[in-house]
Amino acid sequence: MMMIYFDNSATTQPWPSVLKTFTAVSEQYFGNPSSLHPQGARAQRLLDQARSQTADLLGVDKKEVVFTSGATEANVLALTGAAEAYQNRGNHIVTSAVEHPSVLETLKELERKGWEITYVSPDTEGNIHVSQIEKEIRHDTVLVSLMYINNEIGSIYPVEEIGKMLRTHPSVLYHVDYVQGAGKIPLDMYESGIDYLTISGHKFHSVKGIGALIVRNGRNLHPLFHGGGQEGKKRSGTENTAGAAAMARALRLSLEEAAVGNDKLRRWNARIEKVLRDYRGVTINSPVSRAPHILNFSLNGMKPEIIVQALASFEIFVSTTSACASKAGEESHVLKAMNLPGNRAAEAVRLSFSYDTKEEEIESFIEAWDEVYASLIGRRESVL
Amino acid sequence: MMYDLILVRYAELSVKGKNRKKFERQLEMNIRRSLKSYPRAKTFRTFGRMYVELNGEPFKDVSEVLKDTFGISSFSPVVRTELQEQKIFEAAYRVTADSLKGRGGSFKVSVRRINKSFPTGSQEMNQQTGSYVLQRIENLSVNVRRPDVEVHVEIRDDAAYISGEIIRGAGGFPVGTSGRALLLLSGGIDSPVAGFLAMKRGVTLEAIHFHSPPYTNEQARRKVEDLGNILAKFGGRVRLHIVPFTKTQLAIHKQIPDNCEITVMRRFMLRIAEETARRSSIKALINGESLGQVASQTLESMYAINEVTSMPLLRPLITMDKLEVVDLAKKICTYETSILPYEDCCTIFLPPDAKTRPKLEKIQFYESFLEIDEYVNEAVSGIETIELTGKSGEREKFEELL
Repeated sequence: MMMIYFDNSATTQPWPSVLKTFTAVSEQYFGNPSSLHPQGARAQRLLDQARSQTADLLGVDKKEVVFTSGATEANVLALTGAAEAYQNRGNHIVTSAVEHPSVLETLKELERKGWEITYVSPDTEGNIHVSQIEKEIRHDTVLVSLMYINNEIGSIYPVEEIGKMLRTHPSVLYHVDYVQGAGKIPLDMYESGIDYLTISGHKFHSVKGIGALIVRNGRNLHPLFHGGGQEGKKRSGTENTAGAAAMARALRLSLEEAAVGNDKLRRWNARIEKVLRDYRGVTINSPVSRAPHILNFSLNGMKPEIIVQALASFEIFVSTTSACASKAGEESHVLKAMNLPGNRAAEAVRLSFSYDTKEEEIESFIEAWDEVYASLIGRRESVL
Repeated sequence: MMYDLILVRYAELSVKGKNRKKFERQLEMNIRRSLKSYPRAKTFRTFGRMYVELNGEPFKDVSEVLKDTFGISSFSPVVRTELQEQKIFEAAYRVTADSLKGRGGSFKVSVRRINKSFPTGSQEMNQQTGSYVLQRIENLSVNVRRPDVEVHVEIRDDAAYISGEIIRGAGGFPVGTSGRALLLLSGGIDSPVAGFLAMKRGVTLEAIHFHSPPYTNEQARRKVEDLGNILAKFGGRVRLHIVPFTKTQLAIHKQIPDNCEITVMRRFMLRIAEETARRSSIKALINGESLGQVASQTLESMYAINEVTSMPLLRPLITMDKLEVVDLAKKICTYETSILPYEDCCTIFLPPDAKTRPKLEKIQFYESFLEIDEYVNEAVSGIETIELTGKSGEREKFEELL
């Protein structure tokens, strides 16, 4: 039995050629980019090229790319870094209740330090509207932080429109967590008036331990780490040349796949949705217009862990809530914020695909689902 | 918007009577070479014009390449249609809309009917095309005197050709039509710009760089290679001569009083450059001097330094302000590389006070204690020459990895 991996929002399998780059760079360009000797200089030049390529693919300037250890660090750096650098402007931050824990927990920490945080909740469809954010902006608002694509249900938030709205509030900074969108759904950082943008390599088939915060030219940021002053003094620590190269390559390959891949995933995503709706007790938690690679559903009265385990016996790997917070029995904070009827927030199962997903895997899932459902609930009685 | 062809114009060339063929051939060769990464794009010449046939290559990318090609005064994207009125109207509308880029404005249509078997006369086609476009685009008016866009419709035997927008080219002459010159390339901001301007006048560039290891490091040398590679993009190929300069420099440092050191060093550089040029039958030298910018670029200094050579020494930047040079360096993308903080040989033995008015007799007297020819010949015979084609081997390796 072949493994069918439907947990790509948690992490993706690194592509072989990306691993090859990682290994080759670790072997041949192991020098410290800050060293003066040729081995260091070579690593520096390669790092520079990886930075340029990352910047080009994201449509930004290479000086704006700050490599980090991943998205958690990038989010913490953006939030605490901007809060500290701009505390003279006020002490209020607007975000949503459905952000990734690395944003929510960091903001809680800021709350303990005297910041005031406003959490905007999505509607029952999982959507957030520009007006909701606009309503919360005050004279002392320093920052708006919002994700582009929700990692649990795949909703796409109107970050471009919010950015345009924020133009009328020039003192308010704007951070976007682009982790689920990078390499898949293009986003124009400048057009959208974004000041800080988070990406993470392992969500698009790079190795783990590398991400980036894109910091718009001229925006300040108080660093988390002090030391050797690498990354334009924004993030000290010996640079991860191999990781940066791997991520730059993965981003390029991912974007090359995106057009065809998104099309494919949209079709299959809709197909699975249609099949699932046919089973009594299933509700779809993802909104209609969603990211092509995510589908979230609940089965009434069934603990999601049971479904995960049952599918795992077919070598099909799916997840409950986001992997970072999936302690058994905990309900999803995202679905909770949507205020869904019944117990759906505690019953959510997430399927997340990648451009490597194949049609036969979709079909295998559909067959396996039928058997799992039969063993847990009984034979399918058509809802219709 | 899909374009089929690009019409390339070369104004300055058309005044060159008998050399014209040579220029056109060179220009076509240069365009072909710079479009190597767009294999489907083909060039051809007809009726004293040049075309690039896109065959599906993206117009935007190809036009970026053409913008950097010397010898092109302007170019226009062209749509080719069948010889049917409706198709011609539609193409004229699309070209006008695209040229106006969504802004309103004024336009005019100019129809040339070379193919007399086409049933509709050019006057009538003019009116019909104009009114079709007018109806389709909002905020558009006709202005026959000074239109924002002039839509040219050429009805030829094989097809109709419709073009609008005129995009300005880099001007100058095709690289390779004005002979070869040797650029003294330091790694600073000025010399690459001087090389660029020389290329603009059709010069094939070779470059010479003075390297003094261990006082100057690998990175400084690499930086010069990178600069040469950037320049190569404008002219296909730059041959770079790297001179081992340490021995000469140390001898000067030991022998010559501090305040004349720079003058003597420059004289040696010129001697070595001249000898290198002579050996490759190059007829001129180029440097990045701008009058009065630093001590060695005063008229007195130039007089004292230039005395060692009778070869033409071109100074394209001679009248430019530093800021103008910096702007140009940014435009041609050498600035970022130039400002990397690696020392070149001019900056290491920098004496505390350089003479702004060196006396030639004094300089000659100090130099007379040095074995001039020996140093020059030894430096020249130690030269390492590399061919820069616009991409370093390392960069290609990086691209494979990334």
